[in-house]
Amino acid sequence: MMNQTIAPMLPPTTTTASAESVAIGLSRASRSFGGQAVLRDISIDVRRGETLVLIGESGCGKSVTTKLLAGLLEPTSGRVLWDRRPVVDRTAGELQRDRLRFGYLFQGAALFDSMNVFENIAFGLRENGTETESAIRSIVCERLREVGLPESVGSKKPGDLSGGMKKRVGLARALAMSPDIVFYDEPTTGLDPVMSGVIDELIVRTQQRRQVTSVVVTHDMTTVRRVADRVVMLYPLSRLNPDEPQIVFEGTSDEAFDSDDPRVAQFVRGEAGSRMME
Amino acid sequence: MSAASPHIVPAVERSTPIHWIGRTAIDFVVAVGDLVTFACVLFGWLVVRIPRGRVLWPILYQVGVQSVPVVCVTGLFIGMVLAVQTYDTLSQLHFQSHIGSVVNGSLVKELGPVLAAVMLAGRVGSAIAAEIGTMKVTEQIDALRALGADPVAYLVVPRFLACFLMIPALTMLAEGVGIFGGWFVSTQVFGISSHLFWTFSDRFVSGFDVIASVLKSMSFGAAIAVVACHRGFHCGSGAEGVGRAATESFVVSFIVILALDLVLALLTMQVMKLLSVMGIAVI
Repeated sequence: MMNQTIAPMLPPTTTTASAESVAIGLSRASRSFGGQAVLRDISIDVRRGETLVLIGESGCGKSVTTKLLAGLLEPTSGRVLWDRRPVVDRTAGELQRDRLRFGYLFQGAALFDSMNVFENIAFGLRENGTETESAIRSIVCERLREVGLPESVGSKKPGDLSGGMKKRVGLARALAMSPDIVFYDEPTTGLDPVMSGVIDELIVRTQQRRQVTSVVVTHDMTTVRRVADRVVMLYPLSRLNPDEPQIVFEGTSDEAFDSDDPRVAQFVRGEAGSRMME
Repeated sequence: MSAASPHIVPAVERSTPIHWIGRTAIDFVVAVGDLVTFACVLFGWLVVRIPRGRVLWPILYQVGVQSVPVVCVTGLFIGMVLAVQTYDTLSQLHFQSHIGSVVNGSLVKELGPVLAAVMLAGRVGSAIAAEIGTMKVTEQIDALRALGADPVAYLVVPRFLACFLMIPALTMLAEGVGIFGGWFVSTQVFGISSHLFWTFSDRFVSGFDVIASVLKSMSFGAAIAVVACHRGFHCGSGAEGVGRAATESFVVSFIVILALDLVLALLTMQVMKLLSVMGIAVI
């Protein structure tokens, strides 16, 4: 559905995106941890209003890419661009203000253990906003309804919630500040197929209702089919030659499923191939 | 000429004792530099923004009020044991009536602050390191950042303030309870006159000692908070990383407390000498 409504309006690759349409991006960004290089010379543009899905096997740097885009990590080299302006050129105040345009659903939801659901969702509003407590209460209730949870969940601690409910609360918290851009880090990992479908539907509905730009990291090809306008596949550096690009595919989800590239085809079809011997 | 940069360090890992000493020295300097940088960021936030009551009060309660039982029990037993050990030695010299000066002097000048600090490092410091470490491992610290809150301002500043402000009270409590334990054993078990106990205590423990004890405890509290939060923020992955952060927090805090204690003891001695040279009486 998403592809039908939005994809035709979008150019097929980042390289042809007009500068005005780019919301955030990476320009030749690399990132290492200690001596371990995870990302090398990555350039990605995320266009306004699109749902970009990052796929790739575990350890290829998908989550690191989203954290670089969200400004939660700094690149070892290269640049992170928000509205075509490098993040490093911003002052601390600008950085904090601009970061509030982003919502982030973390892999394990990352709800604050010491707070109940209500306090988790209200956290960003209380820390940064000028809203009154009654306004905050109505926003929290609205976000809970939006993700299909009753208001009574508000008094529960994260430890009392199932995996699917945690993800929903995480999404409600990510949406509390009405962000322009939402990052979803493996939103369906660890969930049953029904709950995965619910989360996918919420991602699609959020995009449609709010016209947000979305960046989704996933291994789940069903999620890719349901939500993606555009797909970017990363490949682990350990399996690449030094001169090979780390982005091995960029296109629509249909193109990903029909790709002739054996690396893409193997991932999309979930084939073990020669990996059994590794 | 080779294309390689002359600054590139060979990747070969050498393992002679000289290399080991070099690596250890570099690691130590890096760790200390990192800790100092962390402390500077903390003090910067401390000036810029005081935490909200909603965040600070529960931490003050957790650090202060919940530490009272363990500090009282430990202080009481240390005071009583100190009296027993001191009586044995003093009685051989026929100076047992001076027991109050030794027990109370030791408690106020050394044992009270160090004891409260060690208790705080064990009970609170390890918990802080484990809590922050768990938050790091479960991406809660990233979540704070994503929601527009600075993790140092939100997590470290309130814990620093709680340790810094609560430890003087805990120290005074440990000293008071320890003195009571010492007095009880001296008078009720060994039959020392209560009047002599307090007279000799008064002669050897001054108001300056009490003030020095409080100031000393505040520096211990600050060190414990900085070390514990720093370890938490640099926690490794998984349960093992969290456990290691908690252990490292206690071990490093304990070493820092002892090192600070020595430095402050020397400093106090110099101040007292200076005051006596200036003719100012220490009450």
